[in-house]
Amino acid sequence: MTNYDTVIIGAGMSGLAAGIRLAMFDQKVCILERHKVPGGLNSYYERRGRKLDVGLHAMTNFAPKGERGRPLTKLLKQLRIPYEKLELSQQHFSRIMFPGYDLSFSNDPQLLTAGIGKAFPRQKDNFAKLLDLVKNFDDVNLNNKPQSAKEKVREIISDERLLEMLFCPLLIYGSAWENDMDFSQFVIMFKSIYLEGFSRPKNGVRSVINLLTERYKQLGGELRLEAGIEKIDVENGIVRGVTLESGEIMQSHKVMSSMGLPETMNIVSERQESPAVGSMSFTETILFFDKKPSDQGIQDTILFYNDNEKYEYRQPQTFCDYRSAVICFPNNFGYDDYDEGVIRVTYIANFEKWNELDRKTYLIRKEETCSEALALIAKLFPEFKANLLYHDVFTPTTITRYTGHFKGAVYGSTQKARDGRTGIKNLFICGTDQGFLGIVGAMLSGISMANLHCLMDGEKA
Amino acid sequence: MDYQTLRKRIIDIIADIAIDEDVSNLDDNIRLREQLDLDSMDFLDVVMELKKRYKIEVPTEDYMKLATLKSCIEYLGPKFAFSS
Repeated sequence: MTNYDTVIIGAGMSGLAAGIRLAMFDQKVCILERHKVPGGLNSYYERRGRKLDVGLHAMTNFAPKGERGRPLTKLLKQLRIPYEKLELSQQHFSRIMFPGYDLSFSNDPQLLTAGIGKAFPRQKDNFAKLLDLVKNFDDVNLNNKPQSAKEKVREIISDERLLEMLFCPLLIYGSAWENDMDFSQFVIMFKSIYLEGFSRPKNGVRSVINLLTERYKQLGGELRLEAGIEKIDVENGIVRGVTLESGEIMQSHKVMSSMGLPETMNIVSERQESPAVGSMSFTETILFFDKKPSDQGIQDTILFYNDNEKYEYRQPQTFCDYRSAVICFPNNFGYDDYDEGVIRVTYIANFEKWNELDRKTYLIRKEETCSEALALIAKLFPEFKANLLYHDVFTPTTITRYTGHFKGAVYGSTQKARDGRTGIKNLFICGTDQGFLGIVGAMLSGISMANLHCLMDGEKA
Repeated sequence: MDYQTLRKRIIDIIADIAIDEDVSNLDDNIRLREQLDLDSMDFLDVVMELKKRYKIEVPTEDYMKLATLKSCIEYLGPKFAFSS
């Protein structure tokens, strides 16, 4: 029987980052991944020679090389990966489009500030106050207590439409709560999207995953793919290791799980109270065209669209809520590494509705979602004329199949374990349910949880 | 161990941690944090590297003694003498 210092569950961004930290300092560490490829929530696949990315549309937290104290530079330093390796290219600009209102933002925060000054002149000073609050808030403090971001922001921003527009990208890119988010998470997201901004690594998310995997292996870390876990072995409230689905038992002093808080507690051998399961799930339609959107005048990188009087970020009663969407144009970054035109359209969706379908109806529903996406593109960009070459749709059930998250909950549980602790000694949480968000957040989560609990011995702290 | 050898060992560690930064002109008397983009997470790495490379242990309460190159050398000097 093997004995490990730390076993990490899940080879996503957070698990790989945690693994790198531990392997760097000579721990005997093994990452267990259920699937054939690493990546988790942010992953990729190939169909008919085309490379498809799943997960976030872009990397948040853009920072130029050498910019001090930024999350991106912090994490590269901790993983000892040179900045150039990511080959980041920046977004052109993105837009939040609501009935009668249109706000653009880019990696230069001035664009948003100017847009608000013009569209909401009476909120100009209030927005400046909000910026001050955000900049001075210690968002990554692990002891912050959850509080409603909308309540807090409403004290400053008195125009409900502006408030909703500002919340829209932040909610849909990271909130496990319906129609609101925790204030610390709001600040993390606000900084990462509005103050730092979007970029894309050359060749997409696979580059980051490959970089992390190579780094981890180079440091001597062990990675086992197709290694699903049957249970986390616990004796008298202390973790002892894990049992694989194959029946193999791995003993480990510590276990770091990135599979989600309810999902982790569900396989603990000594039964625990189950944390709340989130209900925010999505469909995404990935479309390949024979022409690039930029060749026909579309310059947007990401469009946050809402056609509803009130923006509703919550589980719909129907398969999808087609009144709002996120439309991503992956060609529209500084560097375009696609040969064809690509558009990704995301809708908020209902897991149960999709999950109860038989195979045949499921495929029909997927085609309906694709048609809605095409109709939306035609409505918003009538100038775009191109032939559809290939498309794929993934649904809430796809998300559950590939991430193991209950109910296709992309952003995990509504309950976060911010300090990474569980009720069980030496069993820790990193990733989505620790609560740092996005690709950069996920990696920082893995790093900080590994530092705190496995390198510094956070038990004493 | 003489001052320069010790200094070089510490700078080698810092160079590996702050990979994107120039460490060739560090001032021994100015706080490292002010000269380089180092935060508490990175000081943990300095401590971890000292342990990994030279089996030198730095307890948490002594982290502040690693503030400048000069204070590092003064603090670590006896530890290096003992370990090597």
